[in-house]
Amino acid sequence: MAMIDEPLYPIAVLIDELKNEDIQLRLNSIRRLSTIARALGEERTRKELIPFLSENNDDDDEVLLAMAEELGVFIPYVGGVEHANVLLPPLETLSTVEETCVRDKAVESLCRIGAQMREQDLVEYFIPLAKRLAAGEWFTARVSSCGLFHIAYPSAPETLKTELRTIYSQLCQDDMPMVRRSAATNLGKFAATVEASHLKTDIMSIFEDLTQDDQDSVRLLAVEGCAALGKLLEPQDCVSHILPVIVNFSQDKSWRVRYMVANQLYELCEAVGPEPTRSDLVPAYVRLLRDNEAEVRIAAAGKVTKFCRILNPELAIQHILPCVKELSTDSSQHVRSALASVIMGMAPVLGKDATIEQLLPIFLSLLKDEFPDVRLNIISKLDQVNQVIGIDLLSQSLLPAIVELAEDRHWRVRLAIIEYIPLLASQLGVGFFDDKLGALCMQWLKDKVYSIRDAAANNVKRLAEEFGPEWAMQHIIPQVLDMINNPHYLYRMTILHAISLLAPVMGSEITCSKLLPVVINASKDRVPNIKFNVAKVLQSLIPIVDQSVVEKTIRPCLIELSEDPDVDVRFFATQALQSSDQVMMST
Amino acid sequence: MIGGGGEEATAPAPAAEGSQPLDWKFAQVFGERTAGEEVQEVDIISAIEFDRTGDHLATGDRGGRVVLFERTDTRDHGGHRRELERMDYSNGRHPEFRYKTEFQSHEPEFDYLKSLEIEEKINKIRWCQAANGALFLLSTNDKTIKFWKVQEKKVKKVCDLNMDLSRAMGNGPVVSSSISASSKSCMANGGFDERSSGYSSIDTSLPSGGLSSLRLPMVTSHETSLVARCRRIYAHAHDYHINSISNNSDGETFISADDLRINLWNLEISNQSFNIVDVKPANMEDLTEVITSAEFHPTHCNTLAYSSSRGSIRLIDMRQSALCDTHSKLFEEPEVPGTRSFFTEIIASISDIKFAKDGRHILSRDYMTLKLWDINMDRGPVATFQVHEYLRPKLCDLYENDSIFDKFECCLSGDGHRVATGSYSNLFRVFGCSEGSTEATTLEASKNPMRRQVQTPTRPSKSLSTLPRVLRRGADTSGVDANGNAFDFTTKLLHLAWHPTENSIACAASNSLYMYYA
Repeated sequence: MAMIDEPLYPIAVLIDELKNEDIQLRLNSIRRLSTIARALGEERTRKELIPFLSENNDDDDEVLLAMAEELGVFIPYVGGVEHANVLLPPLETLSTVEETCVRDKAVESLCRIGAQMREQDLVEYFIPLAKRLAAGEWFTARVSSCGLFHIAYPSAPETLKTELRTIYSQLCQDDMPMVRRSAATNLGKFAATVEASHLKTDIMSIFEDLTQDDQDSVRLLAVEGCAALGKLLEPQDCVSHILPVIVNFSQDKSWRVRYMVANQLYELCEAVGPEPTRSDLVPAYVRLLRDNEAEVRIAAAGKVTKFCRILNPELAIQHILPCVKELSTDSSQHVRSALASVIMGMAPVLGKDATIEQLLPIFLSLLKDEFPDVRLNIISKLDQVNQVIGIDLLSQSLLPAIVELAEDRHWRVRLAIIEYIPLLASQLGVGFFDDKLGALCMQWLKDKVYSIRDAAANNVKRLAEEFGPEWAMQHIIPQVLDMINNPHYLYRMTILHAISLLAPVMGSEITCSKLLPVVINASKDRVPNIKFNVAKVLQSLIPIVDQSVVEKTIRPCLIELSEDPDVDVRFFATQALQSSDQVMMST
Repeated sequence: MIGGGGEEATAPAPAAEGSQPLDWKFAQVFGERTAGEEVQEVDIISAIEFDRTGDHLATGDRGGRVVLFERTDTRDHGGHRRELERMDYSNGRHPEFRYKTEFQSHEPEFDYLKSLEIEEKINKIRWCQAANGALFLLSTNDKTIKFWKVQEKKVKKVCDLNMDLSRAMGNGPVVSSSISASSKSCMANGGFDERSSGYSSIDTSLPSGGLSSLRLPMVTSHETSLVARCRRIYAHAHDYHINSISNNSDGETFISADDLRINLWNLEISNQSFNIVDVKPANMEDLTEVITSAEFHPTHCNTLAYSSSRGSIRLIDMRQSALCDTHSKLFEEPEVPGTRSFFTEIIASISDIKFAKDGRHILSRDYMTLKLWDINMDRGPVATFQVHEYLRPKLCDLYENDSIFDKFECCLSGDGHRVATGSYSNLFRVFGCSEGSTEATTLEASKNPMRRQVQTPTRPSKSLSTLPRVLRRGADTSGVDANGNAFDFTTKLLHLAWHPTENSIACAASNSLYMYYA
C-alpha cells in the first residue's frame, strides 16, 4: 500500500473509484477524468491513463457514454494537439459498442479531436481508423465509420481520397440497413468536403442508389440529403440531378417519404432557383398540401408560411392560397391546428390587401374551430397580423373565441389562454382590455383548479407590468383585494400569492398603503395555512418596504405569529423574523 | 427446469430432397420428465424461437423465465463474423444445442388502476440483430415487452489501489490485508461526502508535472460470465393482452399486437409507440372479430400481416397511411355451403401465422387445419392440411373442456418445402407442401418420435369423401383407438419452431424441450 499525502487523498480515492463496484462512483470518477489526468501529469496520462481506459471498456453504457464525452475534450490533458492521436484507440473501441448513444458520442468526440489534429497525424492515425471501422466485422463499427469521413477526407492524399470515396459508396450498399441509414444521414456532410468534380459523379451516383433503396427508412434519409446536396451543387446541376429526385419523392408510395419531402421542400427552392421552383416545386408542394394522408398534410401545412416567404406573393396567392383555404376546413383537426400555428405569418408575406381579402376569412373561420388547439394557435400569433392589418378587423371575432376558451372545461385549455393574455393585452390595448377581458382575469383567480389560479395570479402581475402601476391601482388591485374575504381558504391563499407577486411591481408606496394592511389583517385568519402564508408573504415584502414599516408593522405581526399554537405557523414566522434580522444587520 | 443433456445421435442426416418424406430422429431433450414427476405450472414452456442464424434457441416459460441454448456443433466460432451476419451459414451435421444461460424476464405484477393481475408468462420471444458478440432479444408477457442483451462479461478483480484500507476506514477494524472488491466499495461509500468537497481545491493546486505517488488500479480478469441485462422496457401501450411481437427487416422497428390493436415501436425508443391498426369498434357490443396474431414480412419493411378470430388474414401496406384502417389484401376461405355448425366460427379462428422465408407464402393455423396461402392469390389457400381430423366428431367435448380455444403455433422449414404444427397427446405433424409431395408425418414429442406411426390406422378418413378438395391431405387417424380415448387433451403441443436453415425442429411438451432432426 502506498502512503498518500493528505492533500492527495481525494484524488487517490477518485482514481481507485474508476474501478469501484458502485456504478455511481465509477461515473463520478469518469466525470472527473480531467482532474485525474492533471494529477498524473501529461506523460503518465498518455502512457498509463489512456491505455488503462482503452483496456477497461466493458463497463456499463452509462459509464462508457461519460467516457466518450470526456475524451472528446481531452487534448489539453495529454499534452496538446501533437499528442491527440493517443486519444483515438479508446474512442475507436467505444464507437463499436452496441448502444447507439455511446457510439454517437464516441463519433462526435472523434470528429472533435480529428478537427484539431495536424494533417500528417490525420493521415497516419485518423484515416486508417476510419478505414478499419468501415471494414468492421459487426455492423456497429461500420455504422460509426460513416460519421468520420468528412473529417478524414480533406487531408487525405489523392489516391487515398479515391479509396475513401469507394469505401463510402460500399457503405451505402451494405447488407445491413442500419449501415445504409448511417451512410445516408452523413452523406451531406461528406459531400461538402468532396471536390466539385467528384461531387457530380461519385457522390451523385451514391445518392441515386440511396434514393432507390428498398428500405423506406433509407429513402427517408436520402430525402434529407436532397436539401444538403442541393446547396452544394450549382443551380443547373441541382435542377438536372436533385429536382427530378425530389419530384419523384413527392409522389412516393410511402407516406413517410412524402412527409419528409413536405418538411424539406422549401429548403430546395433556393437551391434550384425561381424558375424551376415555379414550374416544378410549387406543383409538387400543392400536391402535398392535398395529399391523401393527414400526416403529410400536417407537415405541409406547417411549412406553408416558410414556403410562401420564398415565393413571390403572386405565386403564393395564385397557387398556395386556394390550398390554404381547403386546409382550413380539413377533416383532420391536427391539419387545421398545424395550419393555424403558421398561417398568421402569411399576412406580412401577402401584404395588407390580400390579407384582408383572402386571409381574414380564414382566420375568422379558424377562430371558430371546434377544436381548442386551432383557436389557441391563431391567438398565439396575433401580433403578426396586427402589424399588417391592425386588430380592429379581428376583434369582433376574437372576443367570443377568447371567452369560450377561458371557460373551456379542460383546464389545460384555460391555462393555455391565460398564458396568452399579456400578449393579447399588449396587442388589443387598454381600452379593449378593460371592457372585455378584465372580468375574465378576476374570474380565473377563483378557478377550481390550482394551476389555473396560480397562472391567474402570475397573469395579474404581468398585466400590471404591461399597463403600469397606475392602471393596476384602478383596475386590478381593488378587485383582487376584495377577494381576500372569500369564504374558502384556498381562494384567500391565491390572493396572498397574487399580492406577493404584485408588490414588487407596484412599488413601496402602494404596497404599504394598500397591500400590507390586507396581509396584516389576514394574519388573524382562522386557518393556519393562511397564517403561515402570511408569514411567507411578509418575508417577501421586507426587502420592498421601508425599514420603519418593517419595524412598526411587519415585525410585530410576525412576533405574534411566532407564538401561534400551530407549529407550521411558528416555523415560517420565525424564519421570516430571522430574515428580517439579516436585512437589518446588512443595512 | 433444465436438467437433461443431449443424447449422442449417431446416424448422419440423409440429404433430404424436397419431395422425399423426411426420416425424423430424436436429437436431444432438455428438462425431460421422469415417470410420475409432477410438472410445476411455472416450468411449462410458453414460447420457442430460433435466432436468424440458427445458432441460438430461446424458450420462455410461464414462470417468466427465458432460457437460452447455443449450438455446439458449428464449425469453430472464429468464422468471419460478417459472414455470420449474412446468415449464409450451413453445416453438415445436425444441430446440437447446449444450455447457455437463463434469466428472469418478467415478474408477476398487479395493475392497481384496473385491479388486474398481470401474469409473468412469456407469450412470445423474438431475436434481434446480434452485435459485438452480444445477443439481443425481445420478450413479452400480456402487457410489457422487454429488450434484453445477453453478453459475456469479464469477472474483474481489482488490485493495486492507492488507498490504504486502514486509513480509509478511520478507526474501523482492518479485516484483512488484501483488498477485496466488496470491502473497497464499502469504504468508498463511507467517506464519500466529505471527500467530494475537496476536489475543487485540488484542481487548482496541482503541479504541472503530475504526482508520481498516484497510480492506477490494476484490473485482472481470468474468467467470464454471461450477464443478461434488460436494456429497455416498452410498457403501458396495450389495453388488451399482447399476442405477438415481430421485428421489421429494417432492424430498427418492431410491432406488438393485442386483441384489438397493433402498435409500432422503434427499438431505441421505449416511451412512445404508434398505433397502426385499430379494430376496436366505437361500441364494444359491435365487436365481432379480434386480432390473434401479427407478423412483419421478412424482407418488405412496409408489409405486415395479421390474422383474426374469424379466420381471415389481412395484409397491410404501411406506406399507404399512418393508421392502416384498410387492408391491401384479404385472405379468407369461402365457407362451404351446408357445413355450418355451432363450432364453425370457433374453429375458424386463426391461432398463429408465419411468413415463409421467401415472403411469398403465409402459413396459418386454425383449430383443425394448417393452411398455406400465396400472397398473390387471395381466392383461397394453395394448400390445406388436416391436423387432427379425427377430433371433428368430438368438438362438443373439446368445447366443454375449453380445449377448443387452445392456441397452436405453426412453423415452416427454412426452404419453405415443409410445414409443421402441434396437436394433442404431445403429437406434432409435419407436412410436405412442395408440389407433388404427399408427406404427412405424425411424431410424438418423446425419445421415440415415430412410436405412434407404428400403429395402423383403424378406420379410413371420413372427411376426405365429404369434403371434396384436391389438396386436403393428412387426415390420418393413426394412434386413436376405436373409441378415440387414447388422446389426452391435457398434453398438448402448442409451441414449436423449425431451425432456419436445417431440418431440425424444437418443440415443447409441457416443461420439456424436445429436439428432432432429419
